[in-house]
Amino acid sequence: MRDTARDSQPKNTIVTPLEEEIPTDMSNSKARFPLSWQAIFTGALFLFMYLPILVLMFYSFNQSAYSAGWEGFTLEWYRRLFADDRIGKALFNSVKVAGLAVAVSAVLGTLMAVGLSRYEFRGKKLYQGISYLPLIIPDIAISVATLVFLAAVGISLSIWTIVAAHIVFCLAYIALAVSTRLADLDSNLEEAALDLGATPVEAFLKVLLPQLMPGIASGCLIAFVLSMDDLLISSFTAGAGATTLPMEIFSRIRTGVKPDVNALSVILIGASGILAFVAENLRYRSEQQ
Amino acid sequence: MLQTATQNSDSTRAESSLDVELRKVFKVFNGETAVRGVEFDICRGEFFSILGPSGCGKTTTLRMIAGFETPSAGEVLIRGESMNHVPPYQRPVNTVFQSYALFNHLRVWDNVAFGLRIKRLGRAEVQARVDEALALVKMEAFASRYPSQMSGGQRQRVALARALVNRPAVVLLDEPLGALDLKLRKQMQVELSNLHQDLGLTFVMVTHDQEEALSLSDRIAVMKDGRIEQIDSPDRIYEQPSTPFVADFIGDTNLFEGHLEAIDPTSVLVRTASGVKIVIALPDSFQAEVGDKVVVSVRPEKIDLSLYRPEDAVDCYEGRLEHSMYLGTHMHYTLKLLSGEYLTVRQPNTWANLPDRHTPVYASWMAKDGVVLKA
Repeated sequence: MRDTARDSQPKNTIVTPLEEEIPTDMSNSKARFPLSWQAIFTGALFLFMYLPILVLMFYSFNQSAYSAGWEGFTLEWYRRLFADDRIGKALFNSVKVAGLAVAVSAVLGTLMAVGLSRYEFRGKKLYQGISYLPLIIPDIAISVATLVFLAAVGISLSIWTIVAAHIVFCLAYIALAVSTRLADLDSNLEEAALDLGATPVEAFLKVLLPQLMPGIASGCLIAFVLSMDDLLISSFTAGAGATTLPMEIFSRIRTGVKPDVNALSVILIGASGILAFVAENLRYRSEQQ
Repeated sequence: MLQTATQNSDSTRAESSLDVELRKVFKVFNGETAVRGVEFDICRGEFFSILGPSGCGKTTTLRMIAGFETPSAGEVLIRGESMNHVPPYQRPVNTVFQSYALFNHLRVWDNVAFGLRIKRLGRAEVQARVDEALALVKMEAFASRYPSQMSGGQRQRVALARALVNRPAVVLLDEPLGALDLKLRKQMQVELSNLHQDLGLTFVMVTHDQEEALSLSDRIAVMKDGRIEQIDSPDRIYEQPSTPFVADFIGDTNLFEGHLEAIDPTSVLVRTASGVKIVIALPDSFQAEVGDKVVVSVRPEKIDLSLYRPEDAVDCYEGRLEHSMYLGTHMHYTLKLLSGEYLTVRQPNTWANLPDRHTPVYASWMAKDGVVLKA
């Protein structure tokens, strides 16, 4: 019995390969080309993306307002910027619009994402598709549609109409961020809370919401940056005097780029960068948990 | 809420010591019947397991006891009270989830304290009970860790402590050890069994692991396709399965399909299609008539192998050794009987020289070791 079994078994031999039999490891090839084409390509791409910003920074610290050459370092343009009342007012409007739109969207978007993931109802798929549509629809279409709608129902344009229009896309971004986070969570979490005696409201507030916080926060930061940045939708839906920062900048550069606009742009880029970094960091840390 | 449940149970304790009762419970999901008329009673302090293959409705049954699902028909009672309209947060039960479902934003200590704080217990009592529960599962040293900083086995213990700290009437365990590796699972089985004995709580466990169910439970309900096939003690489930499915699902077995040829006061005679005649001791309550289709189940470890025909054996069949499998403590043999059937046999690992394919081998068992089941 044993013998017949052994005949049908594969032969096991232990192979000790010779040094030259071992195939060359391709990862060693980098030693021969210290500057590979990938590195060159990557460098060129970064230059393409960030050179304009570097140029902008260069001019924002340049003493000469008009010449392209370097005439010495100055913070004059930044000083003038902070002294400018119209810029200050526009910045205040922008923050107000972004803050309000994000605050409203944070509540609605979170509830929407939770509702969509936790409940089954007729037409759920359709609703899901429609709610994320503002991410794909071109801004210009949203702008025109909102303007036409507001005119049709007779609502006069003001800062509030900008807020309303911004909620449309902020909501979609926040809901998307929250639903991504939700998908990663243990589906039994709320049940575990209910099981331990928490009412559905307590389960949401004490268990689900804290765990969703990283998603909500990163969604809010992205939405805030996008809202601060928006020119198109704002300029279509703004009422008299409701000028946001991008609108103010746009109106100024029509009469030629002035160095204080350069300085403003540098500040905006820096602020957006920091916000994006914080948002990304939050998302990363929540994934680590 | 736990308090009221306990008070009510005190008044009903005299007449009933049942913690969980299911009365003809059905559950239908979108036209699919997951649970079909399940009915059982679970006594106070019992370790009750619901065992079955995946998709048999065992988890749905547990979720109906926990209150996460509402029965489509029938009634669930806990300590004599109907739970059909009681939400999960008002039931005197606590669940250990298969995924543990720990709260990742809270430290271990706060995870365990969650239920007590929700019930607004005093600070000192929460402190004492959480410490006690953590000690119970030997996790005191991990109180200030976050769940993400622990291994699967440690999370399992925290999940257990989080349920036990509430002193529920019934502890529900949904595949509690399913995510652990073999060694750890064995260890946790022992601890779970010890906890159950020390605390005297009613445990209801859902599992697909028959070995786990056999080793831990006082009673096992075997489920198949939403129905209960058999409810019995582990030894009776194993030794006296009541359906061919139970015989096959719990452990390994040899099944012979055939017809009942004769019944006498002490035994029955079964004849398979291939002509094998098997004598089986008459079971206690056997209701079948000559000519009925039956299935005979014989456990592999009940079968003896020898090179000579045993003189007094009633059930003895000649065959040839087809295959042998080395299992460490045991050898697993596959025998082809002369009648064509295959027989699996399990023997302690003692045989030195195995007979070859051409040597006659005799397989025999005692009439009391076979079980005859209605097909």
